[in-house]
Amino acid sequence: MKTGARTLIEALQREGVDTIFGYPGGVVLPIYDELYDSSIRHILVRHEQAAAHAADGYARASGRVGVCLATSGPGACNLVTGIATAYMDSIPIVALTGQVPTALLGNDAFQESDITGITMPVTKHNYLVKNAGEIDRVVQEAFYIARTGRPGPVLVDLPKDVSTGAAQEGRPVPETVSLRGYQPTYQGHVRQIDKALDLIATAERPLVYAGGGVVLSEASAELLQFIETAAIPVTTTLMGLGAVPGDHPLNLGMLGMHGTQSANYAVTECDLLIAIGARFDDRVTGKIDTFAPNAAIIHIDIDPAEIGKNKKVDVPIVGDVKAVLQALLSRMQKRGDTANWVARVGSWKTQYPLYYRNDDRLRPQYVVEQLSDILKGEGIIVSEVGQNQMWTALYYCFKKPRTWITSGGLGTMGYGFPAAIGAHYARPDMPVIDIAGDGSFQMNIQELGTVAQYDIPVKVVILNNMYLGMVRQWQELFYDRRYSYTELPPVDFVKIANAYGVEGLRVEEKADVREALKTALATDGPFVLDFRVEREENVFPMVPAGAAINEMIGVRQP
Amino acid sequence: MKSHTLSVLVENRAGVLSRVAGMFSRRGFNIESLAVGPCEEPNMSRITIVVNGDDGVVEQVMKQTNKLIDVIKVSDLTKRESVERELALIKVAAEGGPARAEILQIADIFRAQVVDVGSKTLVLQVTGDTEKIDALEKLLRQYGIKELVRTGKIALLRGAKTVKSSK
Ligand SMILES: Cc1ncc(C[n+]2csc(CCOP(=O)(O)OP(=O)(O)O)c2C)c(N)n1
Repeated sequence: MKTGARTLIEALQREGVDTIFGYPGGVVLPIYDELYDSSIRHILVRHEQAAAHAADGYARASGRVGVCLATSGPGACNLVTGIATAYMDSIPIVALTGQVPTALLGNDAFQESDITGITMPVTKHNYLVKNAGEIDRVVQEAFYIARTGRPGPVLVDLPKDVSTGAAQEGRPVPETVSLRGYQPTYQGHVRQIDKALDLIATAERPLVYAGGGVVLSEASAELLQFIETAAIPVTTTLMGLGAVPGDHPLNLGMLGMHGTQSANYAVTECDLLIAIGARFDDRVTGKIDTFAPNAAIIHIDIDPAEIGKNKKVDVPIVGDVKAVLQALLSRMQKRGDTANWVARVGSWKTQYPLYYRNDDRLRPQYVVEQLSDILKGEGIIVSEVGQNQMWTALYYCFKKPRTWITSGGLGTMGYGFPAAIGAHYARPDMPVIDIAGDGSFQMNIQELGTVAQYDIPVKVVILNNMYLGMVRQWQELFYDRRYSYTELPPVDFVKIANAYGVEGLRVEEKADVREALKTALATDGPFVLDFRVEREENVFPMVPAGAAINEMIGVRQP
Repeated sequence: MKSHTLSVLVENRAGVLSRVAGMFSRRGFNIESLAVGPCEEPNMSRITIVVNGDDGVVEQVMKQTNKLIDVIKVSDLTKRESVERELALIKVAAEGGPARAEILQIADIFRAQVVDVGSKTLVLQVTGDTEKIDALEKLLRQYGIKELVRTGKIALLRGAKTVKSSK
């Protein structure tokens, strides 16, 4: 008899799954028994949250669907933060959860939780499978929904009796998925594309605002060709970093709350804003009424609901970013005269470079700069959340898409380390570095056990300021330096790493930074670097909450 | 701000109503009324939702509803010629005497039916558009409304046009 669990494993194999991040428990025993001698590799994490983040990191690094697995009740609930993180950043993962037997559903049975109900707001879709005969179809649909259209997480809940039950044998698996309620639009409307081209042909100060959608759509090459052909400067969101090489002359860097001066000034002065795979998030726009106040707006996105959600748009184009850019390129006949504008924003780049005090102190920005200099884009950089994340976004030069992995929409502390584990399995050929704060690292520090067990060569670079630094920064700037519950006592991270069998090094001098980074990168296995950085360093530029994005603090004024 | 009547064609599956209703409350869209039931297709249901909001809000409501995988089609019937109906059951105090006769007279004018007669109460059944039911309710209030229940609005396009699955 072919069981539901066996059927599940075969369905996963058909989807090309090679790695699952998971944690076992009672109701998933039948599935684990099938995994025992399956060709699918299972990575045992130390907390289910890490399984979800690892699946997410795997997806971001590879562009393929990441998979995690947890037991019912507490196991499933522990996945929720990771699923929500993936949802906010449109990352394709499939989360498999065990469930109590169907006969006990709704009875408050041991380790029952209504995980489809709980995750409804944070999944693209979810399923509670009621009999083994549905498994083939549900798994196929789940992967299809996760990776197509605007990607996102899908959860599949599998009661124990469904896993142990008999699945009808010999039933053919459908070739393709067809869902009458789900038909994403991939090609942009030609009339809208021509309208956009008219605006582009006459604009004097156009600007591209590119987001994570460019990365998700694998459209970096098209974007580069577009900005070069049309001679349009580009700024990217946090999620869009790497979509255009950081050192490209037309690239103004990141915009928004911690954006560069040149990017934020360009948004304020442009007469045409072309938003591509971005969603006018409040961390990007600041005060929305003063965002791009002089510009006509073209918005390209695969999700029609994003268009016009936060900002009124002149030319909406619903479609896959890659397909739309290709159409724009093939139909473009005339470009605007942007030479003056390009020269002007270029001069801002030299006039207002990023700035920190590069003295003989060990400052976090310096650590990131050195890492950038050593790796030259040849690595996958993952971050935690807080100052560490923003310093990395600003001071690391990303050269390629999918080399930057961070929790943007949800801002999940503890995301980076497990996501780095996932990224390693997606790209074992690349060095993977998690840039962390001491606060964030301690949110999933137990994963040292995982990297030790499987000898996963992830390097953790802790920018250790013994504060919840980003919160402390807000307290310093807006709460009169009242550091309410943001100080963290020193922790000997090297000792902790060593206790798990992981190598580590503490660095206290600026002069030792480069050497330490090289040592860690040259080590075969995992490594923890504890940089004791200047404690009260701030992330600048900064747009205070509610201000217009050209009203930055911590900058040299124009 | 204006009321919009949305006709939402959905897969007839467990949980679909909570997906739709949950999305509305999560995104802060106000549901004035909601009616759900089977429709002409065996494995679909039709939900009629009345929402309040300006055009921008209603556009977001429709786009977000459309994004749900189990939603097949969403249309705003407000902008088109449609028939809209609601049904209400009203239990009104009628202790005999002139009140009872007056209530029966009012019911007659509104083409409401008496569906239950008790010694102290009458139950009226009335169908119509929202305004008609509001008007009847207002008139009956002076006699004492003991209980009232309304179905929420249901609606169809007039003529041969239909709201079909072609998303
Ligand atoms: C799970 C979670 N809890 C709380 C927060 C709020 N928060 C944002 S940044 C931050 C401080 C992060 O501190 P640390 O990891 O040490 O990084 P640093 O800012 O010092 O680089 C906090 C608490 C969050 N983003 N995520």
